[in-house]
Amino acid sequence: MGYTAMRLSRGGYLIREGFRSIKTHSFMSFATVTIIMACLIIMGSISLLSLNIDALIDDLENQNEMVAYVDEKLSEEQARELEQKLLSLDNVQDVEFVTRKEAMDNYFSKFDDYVKEGIDEEVFRHRYVIHLVDIAFMADTKAQLENIEGVGDVLAHQDYADAFVTIRNIVSIVSLVLTVILVFVSIFIMTNTIKLATFGRREEIGIMKMVGATNAFIRLPFIVEGMVLGILGGGLGYLVQWGLYSLLAGRLMGTLTGSFITLVPFSTVALPLLIIYLGLGVFVGVFGALNAIRNYLKV
Amino acid sequence: MVRMENVTKVYDSSGTVALDSISLDIEEGEFVFLMGPSGSGKTTIVKLITGEIKANSGKVIVNDFDLTKIRRGKLPKMRRTLGVVFQDYRLIEDMTVYDNVAFAMRVVGAPGREIAKRVPYVLDLVGLEGRERRLPRELSGGEQQRVAIARALVNSPRMIIADEPTGNLDPVRSLELMLLLEKINEMGTTVVVVTHEKDLVDALGRRVITIDNGKVMSDGMDGVYSYEIE
Ligand SMILES: Nc1ncnc2c1ncn2[C@@H]1O[C@H](COP(=O)(O)OP(=O)(O)O)[C@@H](O)[C@H]1O
Ligand SMILES: [Mg+2]
Repeated sequence: MGYTAMRLSRGGYLIREGFRSIKTHSFMSFATVTIIMACLIIMGSISLLSLNIDALIDDLENQNEMVAYVDEKLSEEQARELEQKLLSLDNVQDVEFVTRKEAMDNYFSKFDDYVKEGIDEEVFRHRYVIHLVDIAFMADTKAQLENIEGVGDVLAHQDYADAFVTIRNIVSIVSLVLTVILVFVSIFIMTNTIKLATFGRREEIGIMKMVGATNAFIRLPFIVEGMVLGILGGGLGYLVQWGLYSLLAGRLMGTLTGSFITLVPFSTVALPLLIIYLGLGVFVGVFGALNAIRNYLKV
Repeated sequence: MVRMENVTKVYDSSGTVALDSISLDIEEGEFVFLMGPSGSGKTTIVKLITGEIKANSGKVIVNDFDLTKIRRGKLPKMRRTLGVVFQDYRLIEDMTVYDNVAFAMRVVGAPGREIAKRVPYVLDLVGLEGRERRLPRELSGGEQQRVAIARALVNSPRMIIADEPTGNLDPVRSLELMLLLEKINEMGTTVVVVTHEKDLVDALGRRVITIDNGKVMSDGMDGVYSYEIE
């Protein structure tokens, strides 16, 4: 029981010290929280943008179908047997068999009936309409499909696919680079704030070391301070992000009803985003604090 | 106890040879003056003993810890066996007398009940009863140094080492402070006092080690020293 009491009173001491320190240099603390908030909001916005672009591309991908024509020599029955072989390819998500008759009807449905007079359905080939898992590998899949016996030509919109993949890659790279830069900026700011805190208390630190406090004990109040600032920045940043996104989503829905742009609802990303924001806040706080106090703890 | 064998310390920044193959022994329970002119290497000896700096060569053993081999993580343990007092007191300005002393116990994780018992006892011992609630700036120099001694003493160290503790005090306060350190020594704590004040050393008549230019010049009992400083 004595041990627990000691642990509790120590915990109390640490939290008190952390808050006391934040209060004594409240301006820097405020600045730190604001900057972490801003960094997280920029990061979050980029990530949400990239998420939405991804979703949009997914959508377009689903509309982007390939057509595999079946060899003319095969009967309808034989053509239908190809389905399992097509589905066995990793990148094939689903296939839909279209008979030559359906293909012809479909083709002429836009014209008046007299146009198709004299045209035989033999002109059309049986075919499969294919959706891919990932259009980044469209070329490979096309080659694999063409290698299957009984498959004739394969029609694919390689240009579209390439464009989508490029856009997606650019967005991912930009958001990754920006995230790394902003995490560094946050850590830099945090380090300097905690450095200020350690500087203001260098005499106390000196005395602690002199009387035999462990480095871990000396570090802890500063880590607590960094964590509190980080969590504040992360939490507030999250709330602001939420508000901004909802506002934007509302505007877009209002003006673009019926258009193909619909934003991913915030609720689907709310929890992971919260965890990421708080996690990054804590990471920046702890890392910044450790960084700041390193020099004091030599010897 | 302190055991130094052929210890040499060179400061990298200035290239100064602060200690030149120095050897000295201080036994458990002794009261020893370390005397020497300014710049002779006294503070360097103190810093080697507290583990603040490391010797270039030779051996330093303090309270059975071999500081030439000690791992960094072990230093706090060694320091808990030491009480250090400086010329400039080094009190925390915004903490009361009581908190300045209690701080030393809190930061080594002492239980609250023990702190509540030990701090008043030590403040009493150094003659500061009734001053618990004051801030350092509301005390005289002599009183502030007593707070520092109380803080050094509160974790029951085996040895107290004071670097020119009377440097900022008038002769009467200086002598009072020495008598306090003698009292603490009589209670069983080893005491090492660094000073350059001959009068104090003469008045107490204890073992004196004189140092100059980073070397031991004399080492004698009962206030005897054969080396004249300045
Ligand atoms: N941190 C340091 N860097 C460089 N030289 C130092 C440092 N500390 C002390 N010295 C030099 O080492 C010598 C001994 O200094 P010190 O041990 O402080 O003497 P004392 O305490 O007897 O006055 C002096 O010449 C001083 O200038
Ligand atoms: Mg000195």
